[in-house]
Amino acid sequence: MTAGLPVARGRRIGGALLPVLLAAMFFVLAWKAVVLIGGYPTFILPAPELVAGRFVEAWAEGTMTPHALATLTEIGWGLLVGATSAVAVGYLLARSTLAERLFSPYIVAAQATPILVLAPLLVLWLGTGLAAKVVICALIVFFPVAVATMVGIRSVDSRLLELGRSLRATRWQIVRYLELPAALPQILGGLRVGATLAVIGAIVGEWAGADRGLGYLINLARGSLFDIPLMFATLVTIAAIGVALYLAVVLAERALVGTWR
Amino acid sequence: MATIKLHNVSRSFAIDGAPLPVLQDVGFEVPSGAVLAIVGPNGSGKSTLLRLIAGLLPPDRGQVAVDSQPVSEGDQRVGLVFQEPRLLPWRKVVDNVAFPLELVGVSSNERRQRAMALLDLVGVAAFAGAYPGQLSGGMRQRVAIARALARDPQVLLLDEPFSALDALTRERFDSELLELWQRTGSTVVIVTHSIPEAVFLADEVLVLSPRPGRVIARVPVPIGRPRTTATYEDPAFAHISATIRRHLAGSEADYASDEAAAAPVRDVLERAGAPAWFDPFGSDG
Repeated sequence: MTAGLPVARGRRIGGALLPVLLAAMFFVLAWKAVVLIGGYPTFILPAPELVAGRFVEAWAEGTMTPHALATLTEIGWGLLVGATSAVAVGYLLARSTLAERLFSPYIVAAQATPILVLAPLLVLWLGTGLAAKVVICALIVFFPVAVATMVGIRSVDSRLLELGRSLRATRWQIVRYLELPAALPQILGGLRVGATLAVIGAIVGEWAGADRGLGYLINLARGSLFDIPLMFATLVTIAAIGVALYLAVVLAERALVGTWR
Repeated sequence: MATIKLHNVSRSFAIDGAPLPVLQDVGFEVPSGAVLAIVGPNGSGKSTLLRLIAGLLPPDRGQVAVDSQPVSEGDQRVGLVFQEPRLLPWRKVVDNVAFPLELVGVSSNERRQRAMALLDLVGVAAFAGAYPGQLSGGMRQRVAIARALARDPQVLLLDEPFSALDALTRERFDSELLELWQRTGSTVVIVTHSIPEAVFLADEVLVLSPRPGRVIARVPVPIGRPRTTATYEDPAFAHISATIRRHLAGSEADYASDEAAAAPVRDVLERAGAPAWFDPFGSDG
């Protein structure tokens, strides 16, 4: 709120980074300790330095890149399709009791059906290409964003809407200038959940049938290659993508909402 | 310049299926460039009356006209200031004031210039780049007034605009409002709870009865302008205030509380404020 903030914030992040690094170090050391004390062989639990080495190697030799790109493409399209349709449907559910009565049972039912069951079906119908993964991703992203949008739009202050009417705003102007900005904090909250779920959607979709992607690479490393360190390295990549997506949403939140909230 | 004319206006709301008359046969005229204050007990339909003039609600019976033209929904000739500032918290102050212009497609440069001029007029230019959340309540209401003036309305309607301010700040805002009125020359209708505020501002004070609201008195305020803090000590000021108080006291309602009288209508108003959506089954969910 004050002019001195940037400096203070910089120092705070610097200060916050130290415990994060310490926690990461502790995690790696604990992992190493488990391997040492348990005496596990590499094909059960590879040591952290082994995984780290394989991780660097896989990226350097170009094993990881095409698969990571394939998965990122699926996630990107899935998020785009899922979040966009979720905002539109969430809006409709918020503003029309009829729509809510007609559609919400199916939306909830679709969410309650395990994606693991749906994924093979979708691959059967849409093939092993990009389309099936995008649909699976979009499906899993849809629910949290749609619910967040519905709640957000419903809680828009009706007094702001009256202001819009008093200024003779059109229906679309009310949506664009009043309702969506007012509901944006909630929508972004839903997107935080959706973004991390999108990663799961992509991997599940790849397991149901694919010839590329990080999920496919995990299967490959575990099965025909029997390269367990590579499998762990792929896991690390997947986790990193999830964290990066989450952070991206948080940063977007800060840029869009943080200035006035 | 605009004359406001209400003729036999009645309006009721359906509360739990039963019609609740809020205004009954209200008629008055505000000459062009004059200031009218409306006082009345809670639940007497003051806010409803203002929304009828703004075109936000249609009357059940009767006519509401500005310059002999019936008002339409969101009438461009009318600027409305609500009891709360109703600023968009995600927009900077200057963009809040420019908002009405943005809606009608004024270019970004032009509306910024206009917004800055208006902010200057209400004395908030220094905070143009701040967010509403960073301003005090009084500052926010000034911004809301600037926004109401953005489209150059001929009529300015204010719904208890300063009721959230402390007494001294309120007096200062009243003086500023008069200066603003003198500069813009618009016709002003202000709803207020405060008799001194009504007398200080208005050329005429309209006293409404408890629900259903009817005009029980029209009290002219023949005090010269410009009015200053000295006006409060004018013997005429005390005399007129006493007259209004007598009218109000004579009509004292028998409600258990003011809140009980005001609540049902306020709820309906808030719901009526939301746009009607594409819902054939109504929003009973």
